[in-house]
Order: sequence, then structure tokens, then C-alpha cells
Amino acid sequence: MATQKTEGRPHTAALSAEPAIELVGISKAFGPVQANKDISIRVMPGTIHGIIGENGAGKSTLMSILYGFYKADAGEVFIRGQKTEIPDSQAAIAAGIGMVFQHFKLVENFSVLENVVLGAESGARLMPSLSKARKLLIELAREYELNVDPDALIEDIGVGMQQRVEILKALYRQADILILDEPTGVLTPAEADHLFRILEGLKAQGKTIILITHKLREIMEVTDTVSVMRRGEMTATVKTAETSPEQLAELMVGRKVLLRVDKKPAQPAATVLDVQNLSVTDEDGVQRLKDISLNVRAGEILGIAGVAGNGQSELLNVLGGIMPGTGRVELNGESIDLTGKFSDGQSRRERGIAHVPEDRQRLGLIMDFAAWENTIFGYHHDPAYQRSSLFMNNDAIRAETALKMQRFDVRPPDPQLKAKSFSGGNQQKIVLAREIERNPDLLLVGQPTRGVDIGAIEFIHQQIVALRDQGKAILLVSVELDEIMSLSDRIAVMFDGHIMGERLPSETDEKELGMMMAGMGEGA
Amino acid sequence: MTLMTKFFGAAAAIALSAGAALAEPGLIIDLGGKFDKSFNEAAYNGAKRWIDETGGKYKETELQSEAQREQSMRRMAESGANPVVVLGFANASTLEKVAPDYPDTKFAIVDMVVNQPNVESIVFTEQEGSYLVGMLAGMASKTGTVSFVGGMDIPLIRRFACGFAQGVKAVNPSAKVIENMTGTTPAAWNDPVKGGEITRTQISQGSDVVYAAAGGTGVGVLQTAADEGILSIGVDSNQNYLHPGKVLTSMMKRVDNAVYNVFSNGVDGFEGGIKVMDLEANGVGYALDENNEKLITPEMKAAVEAAKAGIIAGEIKVHDYMSDDSCPVETM
Amino acid sequence: MDTLPRWADVILIPVINLVLALLVSGLVVLYIGENPIEAIKILLNGAIGSTRGWGYTLYFATNFIFTGLAVSIAFHARLFNIGGEGQAAIGGLGVALVSLSINWPHWAVALPFAIIGGAVFGAAWAAIPAYLQARRGSHIVITTIMFNFIASALLVYLLVNVMKVPGSMAPETAAFPKGTNLPNAYQVLGWFGIPFNKFAPLNIAFLLALVCCVGVWALIWRTRLGYQLRAYGHSESAAVYAGISPFRITMIAMLISGGLAGLMGINAVMGEAERLVIDSVQGAGFVGIAVALMGRSHPLGVFLAAVLFGILTQGGIELEFEIPAVSREMILVIQALVILFTGALENMVRAPVERLFQRRKKRSS
Repeated sequence: MATQKTEGRPHTAALSAEPAIELVGISKAFGPVQANKDISIRVMPGTIHGIIGENGAGKSTLMSILYGFYKADAGEVFIRGQKTEIPDSQAAIAAGIGMVFQHFKLVENFSVLENVVLGAESGARLMPSLSKARKLLIELAREYELNVDPDALIEDIGVGMQQRVEILKALYRQADILILDEPTGVLTPAEADHLFRILEGLKAQGKTIILITHKLREIMEVTDTVSVMRRGEMTATVKTAETSPEQLAELMVGRKVLLRVDKKPAQPAATVLDVQNLSVTDEDGVQRLKDISLNVRAGEILGIAGVAGNGQSELLNVLGGIMPGTGRVELNGESIDLTGKFSDGQSRRERGIAHVPEDRQRLGLIMDFAAWENTIFGYHHDPAYQRSSLFMNNDAIRAETALKMQRFDVRPPDPQLKAKSFSGGNQQKIVLAREIERNPDLLLVGQPTRGVDIGAIEFIHQQIVALRDQGKAILLVSVELDEIMSLSDRIAVMFDGHIMGERLPSETDEKELGMMMAGMGEGA
Repeated sequence: MTLMTKFFGAAAAIALSAGAALAEPGLIIDLGGKFDKSFNEAAYNGAKRWIDETGGKYKETELQSEAQREQSMRRMAESGANPVVVLGFANASTLEKVAPDYPDTKFAIVDMVVNQPNVESIVFTEQEGSYLVGMLAGMASKTGTVSFVGGMDIPLIRRFACGFAQGVKAVNPSAKVIENMTGTTPAAWNDPVKGGEITRTQISQGSDVVYAAAGGTGVGVLQTAADEGILSIGVDSNQNYLHPGKVLTSMMKRVDNAVYNVFSNGVDGFEGGIKVMDLEANGVGYALDENNEKLITPEMKAAVEAAKAGIIAGEIKVHDYMSDDSCPVETM
Repeated sequence: MDTLPRWADVILIPVINLVLALLVSGLVVLYIGENPIEAIKILLNGAIGSTRGWGYTLYFATNFIFTGLAVSIAFHARLFNIGGEGQAAIGGLGVALVSLSINWPHWAVALPFAIIGGAVFGAAWAAIPAYLQARRGSHIVITTIMFNFIASALLVYLLVNVMKVPGSMAPETAAFPKGTNLPNAYQVLGWFGIPFNKFAPLNIAFLLALVCCVGVWALIWRTRLGYQLRAYGHSESAAVYAGISPFRITMIAMLISGGLAGLMGINAVMGEAERLVIDSVQGAGFVGIAVALMGRSHPLGVFLAAVLFGILTQGGIELEFEIPAVSREMILVIQALVILFTGALENMVRAPVERLFQRRKKRSS
């Protein structure tokens, strides 16, 4: 039956099963940008198919076409051998496709059950749908390890749970093809492991899963087949068992990539940052930092490891002048204000503290500002940028920005482009260029490579190490244990606002750090 | 530049010639609306009567805010309307400024004196009319307490109140007169809800005849009085018909006559100066028609007619509040 | 999405919106039994068909420029200043107090002081809501609206009880001394030999408004303060990261905003009425919001939108005069339709136009 109904499709003989999804010659352009170029891909049923590529490689566009958000300029979609038009997401759902987005689309003050039913109610009355959904939910939960309390409110449950609700939503709509877009971006390692177990379970039940990610480890761990995208093109589709992270990285970036950071041993000198008994209570009255003490010396990188939300952000924010704290902090032997007029970001910068914030889109950049406006952000009082006491010297700033963009390999190197028009990696390079070029005594860095593609990660790591080698002190916060392990000269682990202990990278391993991150401290 | 000059010059020429060609009279309706059943409506009725009788046409515009007065006056003058009637004291300062700019246009202002050669100032002796309706109120009251609701608290309205109180005391020296004003801004002319509230308060204080001199606000006063079963007295226009049998009378201020006269005299018959519309000139008076004939007994009528004759003859002096900003009769 | 050429974005779409608004307004006019073509003719002729029309149109536009700029500058700091009405009213009070304070020898001497008076009073009126927002988190939309009411009540009190001419019945101040009367367009253009309507209220405050347009443009896009203001407007969290004090920016933005609104008094009170009357603002504070939205908070856009609303206001008054069936409310309906089409329904037109351009581009490439 397959051959009759699929005219116009290349005939591939002797396939034991029909592909669950087959895309043929998909192209999509946004203005001058070719986001997808003649992409063909086949995903076999009952497999986990990874799609990997750098940010901006076209993964999300491709999946958006499959889910009916965009209309392809050219190409065809076959679902289970049938040529299918997907003009909108309703059609995608009808074709059995479910999508779990990077940013969940849940109603915060609805219960799990209500969210699952929302938009798929059968009939005008809600109660029959709800009771039916409840039964189904319990069944699904048992089957796939998708344990969620149906009556809990979304706002009360963690991100891992919320993601499960998204998966349940798709399953409730009888999806047998599930697309997950960067699903582990918000999860702790343990939660990610749990997710992978769920995916394995779904696969065992014959569901087809497409996993979009830029993390090589996940691809290697969980997929059967992997397709690599680069600059809108599909560069290769290989069996996961037959490839290696190095090969995939090379396919993604188009050149050989160093996955390990190449650095000389640190040569620590005098203490630059000395933190004693630092405590922070946030606006809601919750104590986020509890009596923290640590120090960073010139020429070393202190890495702070920990699961997100254990006080690392607050540590950076207090030191960066974004929130007040109590305790004593000294920079080069002189104390800095933790409250009052001189505890703001402005004063910190004047003291030689630069800050690459964890959330570059919310803190580090003004997304609607042009690159040239962003490269002076926080340093806009510098006399070098002023034409007179009243006016800024925009021409000089633009010229300097062009130089910085060149030095930090920001692409495209156009100072007039708005920050939001750059990819995540290039946005981060703009922030780094701004902060590192100020030649600070202390650099605070949060999540330097979050949402950054592999090629840029390598570059960013090199820049941080180079700054260390100039004898600067660096405080690094990252939830990526790999990154902490490879960059840090010393590692401090944070849990629940405490420092659980310090280790040298050479004398510890991921297992021990993982235990400390989970709160099992020194003595355990 | 020359093109601009030509363009503006031509435009100015057109505007001028348009002005000269027509000579319809103009009327600027004041704040509160054309159909306020009172002051503005009286003016409108005068204009209408002129149309009905002469078959002529006139220009009319309605003010929407204080700040619009100057533009409306100029617009009216520039449109060629002549003579132009403006209503109400609030136009005085604006007219003072505008009139000299249009020496060929004749203006008439009601209720205020503006000393310009091309302005006729029409003032009414409201104290006299109010005196007469005050007498009727004093005689009709059973409780011995009557009341007054003014619009905006200005000397002009106090003149109404003072005349009214004098009339009441003339027939019943022990009567009590309650006096309230609706507000201190022009908005007080058009606030029937507040008028009703004030009336209700006055009724609770014993009043059984209420006199409203408050423009559109009076509609609320009369309505409340009718609802609560007491008598009311209308103002400016004949308002007896609003609640037949429940409105004792109306203090007629013949703004309609004033407008009619100005329109009829036209540019040629324009006199300028101050024109006093008093009892003798039928400028003020009290209304008697089929709606209130049962309320006014022959004795009441006789008393009022006698007083009217006395005032005209100068035997009875009604004090004008505005002459010395005080009233000889006590109100509360 | 830069799918549209800039000229289409800035000119074509607003023009289409305007035409649509006029078409629907035409239907409204038709509905009440009048000829819409005739109505449009009267409206345009009354607004821009003579120097008198221009004199009024640009006079109204001057008011709208001040209030529009006021809304714009606050909006750049993402503060929605609804209080232009009250700030302009109090600004007018400041202008009146300065004008009445001494017997000014010449308008050129009085003007700088009147400008200070209007700006300081307007700014002071904006300062309280700004402080409440910055320190107490009271929403500025709510507080500025409430301050409109307070301003109106305060002016009534002052005009009725304090500033009224003794013996006068009208709640207004005495006429300002001759030395404060600003030259109007007739006089100013007369210096250059250009004839103009003698009595139109357009006066040199219009030039002040133009200066303010340029000043606001320079402030927003050329100064450090403007930079911080925009940064704060785009992202408060990022501004805090950069060491920009939200309190300071909120206060400064609102002070400038209130000051600009207060300058409206130069035009309406000092330039036109030459005395302070109740409600000298006449809703211009609210029109300023529409002007700012339509002008995309850019001074040039504000200028163009202000002239458009000036045309609508003056043309509307003419229309009302010439066709009595077209009442004041009808004019408001037409103005509201323009706001609706240019503001709220902007995307309705944008999407099809974008598609059109994309198709054309594809065909040509």
C-alpha cells in the first residue's frame, strides 16, 4: 500500500518498516536568511532520533514546520507514509504529533489535570473530560513513570514535573510522535536522568521521539540515530552507536573542536576577593546565602558548583551590586559596601569588578539596543564615551564596538544590529567583550556557556583562561559540572546557601561533587 | 515664498468676501446645552420665534468648554453673522477682548455689561421677578418654610435668591427661607442629580416650596419636588408644563424676548449700550397658564399683581444684591 | 522583523490606517444623513484651507506636541504617564502666576520666567506620583489619573476662591498684563512680510514646541541620561545590573515629562487665553497619549501626529459649525476611529502590507 500512496517520493526499496516521519527537500527562508536548505530526513518508528546542531543551525525552524508554526517554502512532509499538509498545530496534533517546548506553555494557576485537558475538552461540559483525563493520567503515569499529582497547581510544582505535564498533554492528545526541544536545559542532572528513563519507556511502547539538543552527552546517552545540522543544512545522519562526540562536534561546527579546555596550571598570587560571613535575604524574606566565606586569588579561577537555585545566583548578584547583603567583603584588602548608595553596579565597576551575569538576556544585555549601545552598558559613564558633559560620543563608541566585535569574533560584526538579532553565543561574546576588555581585577562569570553553541564555547573558555593567565581573579558559577571541572583551579560546592566544601579538580570526580551538590556534605 | 504669500493672501481674501456677503444673525449657546429647559432654551426659543415669523436663517453654535469661548466668538464673527448674541456673564472678559477686533460686527451679551461701542449689554432685573414668585411661594407654603436652589454661587444668582427672600418675607415676615448653591463652577449649571439631592435635604428641613435658579440643574430640582409632593418654581423659561399641577409658577426671564429683539432689530436697528429688561419692559415676570391655574388663587394673583404695579410705579423697592453685595433679608 | 522598507513602515501604513479611519467615519456621517464627501471637504478646508484654519490647527497641534512629548519621554522609561491633563493644568497655573506676578515690561522678558513657571509646576505635579511609584510601588497609571482629578479640583478652588477678579462672576483670573502677551503668527510672520490671519491663536509657543521636539530627540538618543532612560525602559533588571538607579530614572523621567506637559500653559494660557480659565487644557493631556502612541514616541512622529490631531480638532469644530447635525460627539467618534485604526488596529493593516511586500520581493528576485 505504501508505494501506491506515496507518489512523488523517492522510492526506497526493501525497507522493513515505513518511517514515522519523512521530510523531503524542506526549505525555508526568513528574508535573506536561509534557515532550512533542502532538508531530508527519515525517522523510523519506535526510535529516539536526535537532532543536534549549533544555535541557529535551523533545528527549531525545522521542527516548527513539522508542527505547523511555519509553512515551508518548498518540500513535503510524510507521516507514516502519507503525504500530509500541516498548516497549523491543530493539524499536527491530528496527525499524532506532540511537541514539548523549551518554554512550557502551561497555565500557572491551573491544576495539572486542567492543563492536560485544556484545549482538548470533549464537549461543552468539563466534568466528563476531567474524570476521563484523571483515569488516563493515572494509567499513563503507571506505564511511563510519569508520576504527577493530577490536582497539584502548576505554580507549586518544579520544572521537572512541569515538563512531565507537557509530555502528558501530548500523550493525552494521543501523540505517537513526540518532539522535545532542548528538554534538559532547565533540569538538574537527576531530573534529566529521570526524563531519559521516561523516554526509554515511551520508546519501548512504540512511540517515536525526536530529541532536539545541542548537548553531545545527551545524544550519546539516549538516541538511536542522530542527524547533525549546520547552517540550515543537514550535514549527516548517523547511527549513534557508530559515532563519537568528537566526530559529531566536528560535523556541527565544520572543523575540529577541542572539547577539553587547554590550560596551564594556575599561578595564584595575592588574594583579590575575600568574602567573610556573607548572608543574603531576598525580597520574599527567604535567606538565600547563609554565612558564606570564600576567597579568590589573582591568577586563579574559583568554580562554584551546585544545582541551580542553591544561592549561586545571589552570590554573583551581591558581589555584582544587584542585591544587598550582610557580612564583610574585601577587594584587594579594602572593604566594599554591601548596602547603601555605594553598593550598586556602578560602584562595583569603579572598584574593578566586572560581571558576566548568568542571565545575559535579562541582565547582561538590553535586547532592543544595538550592539554598540550594549558594549558600553554599565560603563556608559566612562569619559572616553562622552563628547561633552551632556552628549555621548556615539561615533567613538561605534568605532570601538567594531574593534571589540572583531577581537571577540562576534558574528555578524555589525555594531548597528540589535542584541536580539544575534545568536546566544554571539550575545555572550558581546557581554564578554564588554566585561573582559575593561581589564577588571575580578571577573564574576555566571553560566558562561548556557545556550551557547560548541564552537563559541571553546572560544569563551579560552578567553576566560587567558584573563586568568593575565593574573586576574575569576569567580565562575556554572551548573554544568563538565565546565566547572575543566575550567576551575579550585572548586567550591554550594548547597542550600552554604558552601559544602572545596576541592581541587585533580583530587575529586563528578561523583563526589554530585554528592556534595545534593547536600551530602563533608562528613557523609 | 511668493507662492505661499499668494496662497495665504488668496485665502484671506476669500474669508473676507464670505464675511461680507451674508448677514444672518448668530447665537452662541452657552455651556449646559441647547435644551436645558431653562436659560439656553429660552434663548433658542427666541431665535426660533424670529425664524418662524420672518422665515430668515441664523447661525448657531454650542459651547463645549470654557476655553472655547474665544474661538467660537471669533468663528461666529468671521462667518459673517451679524448681530451676534452671546449668553451669560462668563463671556464678558472674552467679549471685551474680541469685540474690538470686529468693529463692524454687532454683539449682544445677556446678563453682563461690556463697555464696547459695538456691544449691547442686556441685563434683567431678576430681583423683581424673584420677588413676585417669592410672594407666591410665601402664600402657597403651609409649613412656613420655603427654599432656594441656586446654580453656580455668583452674585447674579444671589440676586435671584435675595429678591425671592424679600418677596417671601413681604407676605409672611416669619417665614423661613433656606438657600443653597449647587457649586462654584460652571458645572453647577448642569448637575440635575446634585440639584435633586439638595432639594431632598431642603424638604427634610421643612421646605414645601422650592425655587430653582440653576439652569439645567433645575430640572432635577423640579423633578424631585414633584416626586416628593411639594411645589416648585421654575426659572428663565416657563417650566410649568414640566410637572403640570406641581410647579407653582416660573420666574420668567425673557431671554427669548431679548434674543428676538436683537435679531429683529438687526444691524441697522442696533443700539448698543446697556438695555435693562425689567418688569415694566416685560423682561421678567411670573408664569400663569393652564398648568398652574389651580395653584394660584385669585387672592394670590391679586396680591402679586398689586406688587407688580407697585414695583413698576416705584412704590415698592426690591433690593438688588449686586448693588452692594448684601441682602437685607436673612436667609439660611 | 524587517520585512518592510522603512518608508512603508513610517508613511505608508499610517496613511492606510488614516484612510481606513476616514472611510469608516464617512459611513458614520452617511448614517446620520449627511454627505461624507462634503463633510471631509469642510473638515479639511476648515483646518488647512486658510491661514485662519492653519492658525487654529497649529495652535492645537502645539498643545498636542507638548503633551505628546511628555507621554513619549515617560514611555521611553516604560512609565505610562496618564497625568498629562493634570500636569498641563498645573503648568498653566504656574504660567499664570508668573504672568500675573509683576507688570512685565516685554514678552521676551516674561517668557523665560513663564517657561520656568510652567515647567516647574508641571514637573512638581508629576513628582508626587513618580515618588510614589519609585519608592512605594504605587502604580503610576493609577496615581497620575487621580492627580488629574486633584489638579482639576485644585484649580477650581483657586479660581473660585483665590485668583478670581474681585467683583467678577466668572471663575477666571484677570487678563495678564500686556507685557506678557506673546506675538501671534500674524505678528511674527508680519515681520517677514507674510500675511496671516490676524486673530488665529497660533503664537510663538509653536516654536518653543519645535525646540522641545529637537531637545527631546537629542536627550533620548544623544545623551547619557537618555541612554539610561531607554535602558531602564527596556529592562529594569538589566538597568539595575548596570548600576542605573530605578528611583533616579523614574523621578527624572517623570519630572521631564511633567515639565513638558506644563509647558502647554505657555501656548494655551499665556499665548491664547491671556488669562487662566477653568479647564484650559481641554483634554489635550489625553490626546497627547494618542499622539505619542501614533508617533511611536519619536519626536518627529509626535510632531506629525500632533498636526494630524490639530487638523482633526480644528476641522471638527468647523464641521460642527457648518453642519449642525454633526454634533460634538460625532467629532469625538471620528477622532476615536482614527486612534483605533492607527493605534489598536495597526497590525490589522501591517500584516497584509507585509505579505504584499514579501510577494513583490520574491517576484523581483
